[in-house]
Amino acid sequence: MPRVAGVDLPNKRIVIALTYIYGIGLTRSQSILKEVGIDESVRANDLSEEDLIKIRDALKQYELEGDLRRRIGLDIKRLIEVNCYRGIRHRKGLPCRGQRTKTNSRTRRAKKRVAVPGKKQPGKK
Amino acid sequence: MSRSTKKGPYVHHSLWKKLQEMIEKGEKKVIKTWKRSSMILPEMVGFTIAVYNGQKFIPVYCSESMVGHRLGEFALTRTFRGHAGSKKAKVGR
Repeated sequence: MPRVAGVDLPNKRIVIALTYIYGIGLTRSQSILKEVGIDESVRANDLSEEDLIKIRDALKQYELEGDLRRRIGLDIKRLIEVNCYRGIRHRKGLPCRGQRTKTNSRTRRAKKRVAVPGKKQPGKK
Repeated sequence: MSRSTKKGPYVHHSLWKKLQEMIEKGEKKVIKTWKRSSMILPEMVGFTIAVYNGQKFIPVYCSESMVGHRLGEFALTRTFRGHAGSKKAKVGR
Protein backbone atom coordinates (compact mmCIF):
# COMPACT_ATOMS: atom_id res chain seq x y z
CA MET A 1 0.00 0.00 0.00
CA PRO A 2 1.60 3.29 -1.02
CA ARG A 3 1.53 5.97 1.63
CA VAL A 4 0.89 9.53 0.51
CA ALA A 5 0.30 12.57 2.75
CA GLY A 6 -0.07 10.34 5.81
CA VAL A 7 -2.78 8.18 4.28
CA ASP A 8 -2.59 4.64 2.97
CA LEU A 9 -3.94 4.55 -0.55
CA PRO A 10 -6.20 1.59 -1.30
CA ASN A 11 -5.43 -0.49 -4.35
CA LYS A 12 -7.87 1.21 -6.68
CA ARG A 13 -7.51 3.31 -9.78
CA ILE A 14 -5.21 6.13 -8.77
CA VAL A 15 -7.81 8.86 -9.48
CA ILE A 16 -10.10 7.23 -6.95
CA ALA A 17 -7.34 6.29 -4.52
CA LEU A 18 -6.20 9.92 -4.21
CA THR A 19 -9.67 10.97 -3.12
CA TYR A 20 -9.13 8.95 0.07
CA ILE A 21 -6.98 11.88 1.20
CA TYR A 22 -8.95 14.49 3.13
CA GLY A 23 -9.01 17.62 0.98
CA ILE A 24 -8.84 15.89 -2.39
CA GLY A 25 -11.92 15.16 -4.42
CA LEU A 26 -12.30 13.89 -7.92
CA THR A 27 -11.60 17.23 -9.59
CA ARG A 28 -8.37 17.84 -7.72
CA SER A 29 -7.31 14.26 -8.18
CA GLN A 30 -7.79 14.54 -11.93
CA SER A 31 -5.93 17.81 -12.19
CA ILE A 32 -3.01 16.47 -10.12
CA LEU A 33 -2.64 13.42 -12.32
CA LYS A 34 -2.85 15.53 -15.44
CA GLU A 35 -0.15 17.81 -14.08
CA VAL A 36 2.29 15.00 -13.29
CA GLY A 37 1.36 13.04 -16.39
CA ILE A 38 0.22 9.76 -14.84
CA ASP A 39 -2.57 7.74 -16.39
CA GLU A 40 -5.72 7.85 -14.27
CA SER A 41 -6.47 4.14 -14.51
CA VAL A 42 -3.21 2.84 -13.08
CA ARG A 43 -3.77 0.84 -9.91
CA ALA A 44 -2.29 2.43 -6.81
CA ASN A 45 -0.10 -0.58 -6.06
CA ASP A 46 1.34 -0.58 -9.59
CA LEU A 47 2.76 2.94 -9.28
CA SER A 48 6.51 3.24 -9.46
CA GLU A 49 8.45 4.99 -6.72
CA GLU A 50 9.19 7.93 -9.03
CA ASP A 51 5.51 8.38 -9.79
CA LEU A 52 4.76 8.45 -6.07
CA ILE A 53 7.41 11.09 -5.52
CA LYS A 54 5.90 13.16 -8.31
CA ILE A 55 2.46 12.85 -6.77
CA ARG A 56 3.76 13.79 -3.31
CA ASP A 57 5.41 16.89 -4.78
CA ALA A 58 2.22 17.87 -6.54
CA LEU A 59 0.24 17.44 -3.33
CA LYS A 60 2.42 19.96 -1.52
CA GLN A 61 0.59 22.87 -3.11
CA TYR A 62 -2.64 21.94 -1.34
CA GLU A 63 -3.72 22.13 2.28
CA LEU A 64 -4.61 18.60 3.28
CA GLU A 65 -5.55 16.31 6.13
CA GLY A 66 -4.61 17.67 9.55
CA ASP A 67 -3.85 21.21 8.39
CA LEU A 68 -7.15 21.46 6.58
CA ARG A 69 -9.11 19.96 9.46
CA ARG A 70 -7.44 22.36 11.86
CA ARG A 71 -8.21 25.37 9.68
CA ILE A 72 -11.86 24.39 9.35
CA GLY A 73 -12.05 23.88 13.10
CA LEU A 74 -10.56 27.29 13.74
CA ASP A 75 -12.93 28.91 11.26
CA ILE A 76 -15.89 27.42 13.07
CA LYS A 77 -14.45 28.46 16.42
CA ARG A 78 -14.09 32.03 15.16
CA LEU A 79 -17.72 32.08 14.05
CA ILE A 80 -18.80 30.88 17.48
CA GLU A 81 -16.62 33.40 19.25
CA VAL A 82 -17.86 36.47 17.40
CA ASN A 83 -21.40 35.41 18.26
CA CYS A 84 -22.83 35.81 14.78
CA TYR A 85 -25.79 33.92 13.39
CA ARG A 86 -23.71 31.20 11.81
CA GLY A 87 -21.77 30.74 15.04
CA ILE A 88 -24.95 30.33 17.03
CA ARG A 89 -26.20 27.72 14.58
CA HIS A 90 -22.94 25.85 14.93
CA ARG A 91 -23.23 25.99 18.68
CA LYS A 92 -26.71 24.52 18.56
CA GLY A 93 -25.75 21.92 15.99
CA LEU A 94 -28.25 23.13 13.44
CA PRO A 95 -27.74 23.89 9.73
CA CYS A 96 -26.38 27.40 9.28
CA ARG A 97 -27.03 28.05 5.61
CA GLY A 98 -30.72 28.72 5.82
CA GLN A 99 -32.03 25.22 5.22
CA ARG A 100 -35.36 24.19 6.62
CA THR A 101 -35.37 22.53 10.00
CA LYS A 102 -39.04 21.66 10.28
CA THR A 103 -38.11 18.33 8.75
CA ASN A 104 -34.92 16.76 7.43
CA SER A 105 -31.46 18.10 8.28
CA ARG A 106 -30.80 14.83 10.07
CA THR A 107 -27.10 14.95 9.36
CA ARG A 108 -26.70 17.85 11.73
CA ARG A 109 -29.59 17.25 14.08
CA ALA A 110 -29.42 13.48 14.58
CA LYS A 111 -28.38 12.31 18.00
CA LYS A 112 -24.80 11.15 18.09
CA ARG A 113 -24.89 7.34 18.04
CA VAL A 114 -23.24 5.93 21.11
CA ALA A 115 -21.74 2.50 20.65
CA VAL A 116 -23.31 0.05 23.06
CA PRO A 117 -20.86 -2.70 23.97
CA GLY A 118 -22.08 -6.16 23.12
CA LYS A 119 -24.92 -4.86 20.99
CA LYS A 120 -25.06 -5.72 17.31
CA GLN A 121 -24.68 -2.69 15.10
CA PRO A 122 -27.24 -2.62 12.28
CA GLY A 123 -25.75 -3.00 8.84
CA LYS A 124 -22.39 -4.03 10.21
CA LYS A 125 -21.21 -7.58 10.54
CA MET B 1 -23.44 34.27 -5.76
CA SER B 2 -21.18 36.71 -4.04
CA ARG B 3 -21.01 40.41 -4.67
CA SER B 4 -18.71 41.79 -7.35
CA THR B 5 -15.45 43.05 -5.81
CA LYS B 6 -15.51 45.97 -8.19
CA LYS B 7 -18.33 47.50 -6.19
CA GLY B 8 -16.60 47.15 -2.86
CA PRO B 9 -18.30 46.21 0.39
CA TYR B 10 -21.87 47.36 0.87
CA VAL B 11 -22.46 49.93 3.55
CA HIS B 12 -25.54 52.07 3.49
CA HIS B 13 -24.53 55.67 2.76
CA SER B 14 -26.36 57.15 5.72
CA LEU B 15 -24.58 54.83 8.12
CA TRP B 16 -21.28 55.56 6.40
CA LYS B 17 -21.86 59.29 6.67
CA LYS B 18 -22.56 59.09 10.38
CA LEU B 19 -19.48 56.98 10.90
CA GLN B 20 -17.31 59.43 8.97
CA GLU B 21 -18.59 62.28 11.12
CA MET B 22 -17.75 60.37 14.27
CA ILE B 23 -14.26 59.51 13.05
CA GLU B 24 -13.65 63.16 12.11
CA LYS B 25 -14.75 64.44 15.49
CA GLY B 26 -12.96 61.60 17.25
CA GLU B 27 -15.94 60.74 19.38
CA LYS B 28 -17.44 57.38 20.10
CA LYS B 29 -21.18 57.29 20.31
CA VAL B 30 -23.55 54.42 19.72
CA ILE B 31 -25.08 54.71 16.26
CA LYS B 32 -28.60 53.42 15.95
CA THR B 33 -29.22 51.79 12.62
CA TRP B 34 -31.70 49.72 10.68
CA LYS B 35 -29.13 48.85 8.00
CA ARG B 36 -28.70 45.22 8.91
CA SER B 37 -27.26 44.28 5.54
CA SER B 38 -24.38 46.72 5.82
CA MET B 39 -21.00 45.12 6.12
CA ILE B 40 -18.69 45.68 9.07
CA LEU B 41 -15.66 47.56 7.75
CA PRO B 42 -12.20 47.78 9.29
CA GLU B 43 -13.06 51.42 10.07
CA MET B 44 -15.88 50.31 12.34
CA VAL B 45 -13.65 48.27 14.65
CA GLY B 46 -13.95 49.62 18.16
CA PHE B 47 -17.30 51.28 17.59
CA THR B 48 -20.56 50.09 18.99
CA ILE B 49 -23.48 50.07 16.62
CA ALA B 50 -27.03 49.51 17.78
CA VAL B 51 -28.63 47.26 15.21
CA TYR B 52 -32.40 47.01 14.99
CA ASN B 53 -33.78 43.50 15.13
CA GLY B 54 -37.39 44.40 14.38
CA GLN B 55 -38.19 45.10 18.01
CA LYS B 56 -35.32 46.86 19.67
CA PHE B 57 -31.74 47.97 19.09
CA ILE B 58 -29.09 45.41 19.94
CA PRO B 59 -25.73 46.99 20.73
CA VAL B 60 -23.04 45.31 18.65
CA TYR B 61 -19.44 46.00 19.56
CA CYS B 62 -17.37 45.57 16.40
CA SER B 63 -14.18 43.63 16.94
CA GLU B 64 -11.49 42.87 14.41
CA SER B 65 -12.64 39.32 13.76
CA MET B 66 -16.11 40.58 12.83
CA VAL B 67 -14.89 42.48 9.77
CA GLY B 68 -16.62 41.22 6.65
CA HIS B 69 -19.73 40.08 8.45
CA ARG B 70 -23.03 41.91 8.13
CA LEU B 71 -24.44 43.88 11.03
CA GLY B 72 -27.61 41.82 11.02
CA GLU B 73 -25.73 38.63 11.75
CA PHE B 74 -25.18 39.85 15.28
CA ALA B 75 -28.69 41.01 16.06
CA LEU B 76 -30.98 38.00 15.93
CA THR B 77 -34.55 38.55 14.84
CA ARG B 78 -36.05 35.43 16.35
CA THR B 79 -36.26 34.23 19.91
CA PHE B 80 -36.47 30.51 20.45
CA ARG B 81 -38.07 29.78 23.77
CA GLY B 82 -38.20 26.02 23.45
CA HIS B 83 -41.00 23.75 22.36
CA ALA B 84 -44.27 23.40 24.25
CA GLY B 85 -44.07 20.84 27.02
CA SER B 86 -40.31 20.70 26.91
CA LYS B 87 -38.81 21.03 30.36
CA LYS B 88 -35.69 22.55 28.93
CA ALA B 89 -37.55 25.64 27.72
CA LYS B 90 -35.32 28.61 28.33
CA VAL B 91 -36.19 32.21 28.90
CA GLY B 92 -35.32 34.25 25.84
CA ARG B 93 -33.27 37.36 25.51
